[in-house]
Amino acid sequence: MIDFVTDPLSQEFIRRALLEIGLISLAGGALGCWVVFYGVSYAAESLSHALFPGLVIAALAGLPILVGGIPGIAVAALAIALVGRTPGIGRDTAVAVVVTGFFGLGALLALSPNSPPGIQSLLFGDILAPSNSDLWISAILALGVIISLVVLHWRLLAVAFDRTTAGSLGASPTIADIAVLILLAAAVLVAAQGLGTLLAVAALVGPAATARLFTHRVLSMMIAASAFGVCAGVAGIYISYYAGAAAGASIAGCIVAGYLIALIASGVRSLLERTAIPAEAT
Amino acid sequence: MAEALARTHDLAAGYGRTPAIEGITFEVDTGQRIALLGPNGGGKTTLLRVLLGELRSMRGTVEVRGRAATVPQTERSRLDFPVSALEVALMGALPRLPWWRRPTHADREAALAALDRVGVADRAHDTFGDLSGGQRQRVLIARGLVQDAQLLLLDEPFSGLDMTAARGLEALIGELASEERGILIATHDLSQARRWDAVLCLNKRQIAFGEPDQILDREVLEETYAGAIVEIPGSDRVGVLPAHHH
Repeated sequence: MIDFVTDPLSQEFIRRALLEIGLISLAGGALGCWVVFYGVSYAAESLSHALFPGLVIAALAGLPILVGGIPGIAVAALAIALVGRTPGIGRDTAVAVVVTGFFGLGALLALSPNSPPGIQSLLFGDILAPSNSDLWISAILALGVIISLVVLHWRLLAVAFDRTTAGSLGASPTIADIAVLILLAAAVLVAAQGLGTLLAVAALVGPAATARLFTHRVLSMMIAASAFGVCAGVAGIYISYYAGAAAGASIAGCIVAGYLIALIASGVRSLLERTAIPAEAT
Repeated sequence: MAEALARTHDLAAGYGRTPAIEGITFEVDTGQRIALLGPNGGGKTTLLRVLLGELRSMRGTVEVRGRAATVPQTERSRLDFPVSALEVALMGALPRLPWWRRPTHADREAALAALDRVGVADRAHDTFGDLSGGQRQRVLIARGLVQDAQLLLLDEPFSGLDMTAARGLEALIGELASEERGILIATHDLSQARRWDAVLCLNKRQIAFGEPDQILDREVLEETYAGAIVEIPGSDRVGVLPAHHH
């Protein structure tokens, strides 16, 4: 039994993968709560898809993919912000056009004949093979996200609670929105590095949605989301090790499975509570 | 004569080029409770935002001495948001903190004291959305007290409250006013407005300002509410048709 746990740990690539998923889950889980409260899940999805060409260009140039990811996500965010202002087509449509456009561009580059093999790892991630520089950049971004969330906590709380009066409390809704989007971009970069542009959003939204079912304060929700993200990540890596399944997909699968179990459990709990009240009353 | 907490002279304010309100000349002194009467869209919120400093005047002058705090309708906040009553009251400490600072232990004590002052200390650790309408209104008033506001701006604080909760809140407003504060209460309740110290009638412009007995006559109410007033059978008074929300 102990071997079951320690066997994978003897492997260097598993230890690195656990470190990487830990960084993704800590930052992604905590920030994911604000992603849920600020209603920017769609923006998270859009950013992670639209940064694909940046990653491909970095991979083609042989750079750490986060080096391409940072300008990639900046260009994507700028395009989304600009096109979102186009009158007449609606924000969602505009964002969808930008995202598919960018994603298509990335695919075009990735599928060209002179692309190196393994570029599909940008789509589904390569959690098992982060380089030292990937890990360092991930650690810096994740730490930056967490420190920012600690510092900005009360302002984000005031705006999420009531946008209309937050301004009179010295918490500008516009600044809070921008802060959440910048942190989101940083967290998407970290998550996309390990889980790929298609699965990154799972690590951001899934743990927060799960934690919301069982917590009653934002802080406990953030801690629970990070902890759940780490557990799902570790479980996914072990499943991938023993079952030979793709690591990124196993992790995303564990997050979704955890959410579904939590959803059923919370449903059963509220059903029990509802049936318990009349029983007590009689 | 005591200096007024807030004073405007021929104030006009709005969002585009045309003012939403104009010709506003009134003042709030310490100890006063002033009703702000007017139809929806009559400019009550616009005036409150000018007093808060969120909206600039287009014409005229506005002076506010000390701090002003808004006490919004509780339905405007997200009732499903996972935040405690204490945390909501503690948000009142944010205006005096630089953006990178978190509320301190002393702020927390002040928030607890404010919750105690408004009579909801026992619910401090409950989720805001789980409280009754009257308790939520009190928590938001506590947030204003933590802001150290001398001028409290209440936006329809009685909407959705039952009789008992409304009476309790009315008593609290009286007590807070007597503690050297001025209180402006946007309301639709005419009979309640008659019990406050002064009334400001607003319908895109100032219709009247003064003591309720002196100004609340049929003519003023007709101008304030246009056609929406009715005679109360068996009395010489008139009432206002209930406002339709949403």
